[in-house]
Amino acid sequence: MTVAVPDTRAPRRFGFDLTKPVLYLFAAVLCVLIVLPLSWLFVYSLTDKTGALTLANFYRLFTESSFYDPLATTFIISVSSAVICCAVAAPMAWLVARTDLPFAGTIRALVTASFVTPPFLGAIAWELLAAPNSGLLNKLFRDVTGADQDVHLFNIYTVSGIVFVISCYTFPYVFTLVANSLDRTPGELEDASSILGGGRWYTARRVTIPLVLPALLAGGLVAFLQAMTLFGSPAILALPAGFHTMTTKIWSLFQFPPKPELAAAASLPLLVLTVLLLRAEHMILGRRGYSVVGGKYGAPRLISLHGMRWAAFVLCLLMLMMPVFLPYFALLNAAFSPVATTFVTFQNATWQNVHFVLYELSAMTLALKNTIILGTAAATAGTAIALVIAYVTARRAVKGWRLLGFLATAPIAIPGIVLGVGLFLSYTRPPFVLYGTLWILLIAFVTIALPSAYQQLQAAFRTIHPELEDASRILGATRLRSLWQITAPLLRTGVVATWCFIFVGVMRELSAAIILFTSETKVISVLIYDLNESGDLGAISVIGLGMLIITFAVVIAVNKIPGFGTVRFRT
Amino acid sequence: MRETTMNRREVLKTGAALTFAGVFASPVRAAPPPAEAVTLALIEAAKKEGAVTFYTAMDLAFAERLGRVFEEKFAGIKVRVERSGAERVFQRIGQEYQSNIHAVDVVNTADQSHVIFWKRQGWLAAYLPEEVVKYYDKKYYDPEGLAIVTRVLVSPFGINTNLVKMEDAPKSFADLLDPKWKGKMVKAHPAYSGTIMNATFQIARELGWEYFEKLARQNVMQVQSATDTPKRIALGERAVMIDGAGYLVIRNKEAGQPVDVIYPSEGTPVATSPSVMMKAAPHPNAAKLFQSWMHGREGQQLLIDYARQYSPHAQAVEKPGVRKLSEIKLMREDPEGVEKAADEVKRRYSQYFKV
Repeated sequence: MTVAVPDTRAPRRFGFDLTKPVLYLFAAVLCVLIVLPLSWLFVYSLTDKTGALTLANFYRLFTESSFYDPLATTFIISVSSAVICCAVAAPMAWLVARTDLPFAGTIRALVTASFVTPPFLGAIAWELLAAPNSGLLNKLFRDVTGADQDVHLFNIYTVSGIVFVISCYTFPYVFTLVANSLDRTPGELEDASSILGGGRWYTARRVTIPLVLPALLAGGLVAFLQAMTLFGSPAILALPAGFHTMTTKIWSLFQFPPKPELAAAASLPLLVLTVLLLRAEHMILGRRGYSVVGGKYGAPRLISLHGMRWAAFVLCLLMLMMPVFLPYFALLNAAFSPVATTFVTFQNATWQNVHFVLYELSAMTLALKNTIILGTAAATAGTAIALVIAYVTARRAVKGWRLLGFLATAPIAIPGIVLGVGLFLSYTRPPFVLYGTLWILLIAFVTIALPSAYQQLQAAFRTIHPELEDASRILGATRLRSLWQITAPLLRTGVVATWCFIFVGVMRELSAAIILFTSETKVISVLIYDLNESGDLGAISVIGLGMLIITFAVVIAVNKIPGFGTVRFRT
Repeated sequence: MRETTMNRREVLKTGAALTFAGVFASPVRAAPPPAEAVTLALIEAAKKEGAVTFYTAMDLAFAERLGRVFEEKFAGIKVRVERSGAERVFQRIGQEYQSNIHAVDVVNTADQSHVIFWKRQGWLAAYLPEEVVKYYDKKYYDPEGLAIVTRVLVSPFGINTNLVKMEDAPKSFADLLDPKWKGKMVKAHPAYSGTIMNATFQIARELGWEYFEKLARQNVMQVQSATDTPKRIALGERAVMIDGAGYLVIRNKEAGQPVDVIYPSEGTPVATSPSVMMKAAPHPNAAKLFQSWMHGREGQQLLIDYARQYSPHAQAVEKPGVRKLSEIKLMREDPEGVEKAADEVKRRYSQYFKV
């Protein structure tokens, strides 16, 4: 077949190459998004009230027990959570990915459910379940055993309680990484070991485990970071117990009289630690794939559990009681109970909380409106920015594409509350007075969402071979036209999935929003936090269940689209 | 931004200069404004504005009830309630005003000292509804008409009667230090709640800060809001509420929950809760109408009947079930003292209680 190839030297449709300005524009936007807040953070942490250069803020940070105690507590919580997450998630991921576990798909779906449950909502639900005296589980325990009023099975207002709750909503990160890694591990390597006489345990020890170890370690690091940067759960559980973590301490420094210079100084250890750990993660994950060389592999062979199949399934369900079944039950119970921790019966069931939220709670309409506006805007803007950058980096369309890629991934190193502090310091002053508008929240949410959106879309671009675009361009299409007619239709599912996950992520975001909201720009997560402070648990349960319903609707909609990847949520 | 680092006293100095300038410009400012009746013109103007934004420290359910009843009476005016602890409300307004955000119309705080600060800043609008001048004792409103006391709050003990019998219950602040109450008490936070800020100040003045130092060793559950402590004892999470909204304990008791209220023998902390209208209010007419209605017979009767609080309105009818204010031994309220000591109270409190 012959094709009349038009003169490739045909004059460009535009007088100049549009790609350069696009690069500069996006680089500038990303710089403003990331560099501005971080710069103010550094400036504030190194100056005193008069603006003079000083190290006093850091000196206080490391010499006053009210600062280094939270630092130590945070470290203990983060390490314990990471260890527990790995210990629970790795076996479960193995069961789901490599054995003939019944209903493995259901288990994966339930892990996704705990993935998308806002951690602060989980923390409140666990308050309902395991507060030492009024917790439903403790009440049940006393009813069954006839134990004294003072005896309790669980006390959620402790360091171990917080570790438990954080682990409940962090283990899916480890699970996803390990399960994906196991899914990708070629079965032939294990077969080769078996053929050469390796027993099952020997194969697992010498082949399978080394192959997934990088993913497990990376998962552990991610879990550590999550636990360290979470605001909601410790604020809900640690403050009643009389101690701070780093995030709640930073937040408390914003209470009247605000001490932004100390808040900035306290933010920096979190930032530095995050950067270091992400470097470590990168180094470990960078080694992954060393053994997976060339050729096409069959799906890994499933190991038969024989009689243990159902026992394993029950074990997984029991594990998933903690993040999903029990908390959802507690919220449902509180939503229809006259007193949040009284078991609902036919006699005492009430619509009072639902009525209150729907017809009386006047802050609800505005918060819902703000959340939807911000969710839609952040998802659209985030997807659009990520799309352009992913295209530029995947196709290496312009010089300096590496820089763009780096800038788009950089926010992953900025914990939400640190970003909140930085944005507050940046945008409460001229020339950009954005505090009090939805813009500042939009910037926060887009910045937080950008790394995962970018990674996901870049992966999507990689699956589309440039040959297709090249063919279109050889046949005479401009770059924009081939993007529009060839690439865009192929990318559609990836784009829709990214959009939805940013939207869900915005609904869960609390740690940046708690620093940046004003009464006119309150979002649902902040409203729930407010209601928790005033003790209105019934109203929280109703709103929380509503949030979960919206989230699941979005997640299920995305699942209907084939071939989307996993998205990393941050809170 | 640097202004946020000013403490109250620093602001006090700048504020004093501002007030002086204000006085110079309009020497009649100190004179009380004329009492204003609710006219048809005011109602029309308010309806044209269509909304009023109400920042308050009241229990959420009551604040929303007030809003809904007002909306029914004056159709077309939406009341948006923004509820948080009084100290948080104070912080929010400060932060918003610094960034030139003037969203709030009417504020009800539980801490009189806030009014001193706002007056000094010149943020308050003078407005005296007719009914207030007619039926309120002069001590319940500002002579310049910048603030009106909406309700009087007391912060007694509360107990869960399933967990502790009335005869075994603590009767005094001293009783709370008994080891048998260790791990059984819940307390609200002065950096969040205005009621608790005043209570903490008064208790520290009467019993000394050593008292809190000892109390902190009792393994006290620390929540934020004075409206949360009554809910925690109603849940049965703790047996004794050290401080908080007495009115909610009474309300819950009347709703059949196993709770009761105890007025400590050393005296019960008290906080009068004033409402103000902001000069920069985005809905000035709706704000006036709401101020007037809330402090009128209807709003005040709701305060007594629904919220079980104390009203300053002379014609409001008390409903039995709440001990008369005159029959309670009260501690002395001292807004000027709180104004000066607020930062110190927060600092020492977090030193002892760690949060």
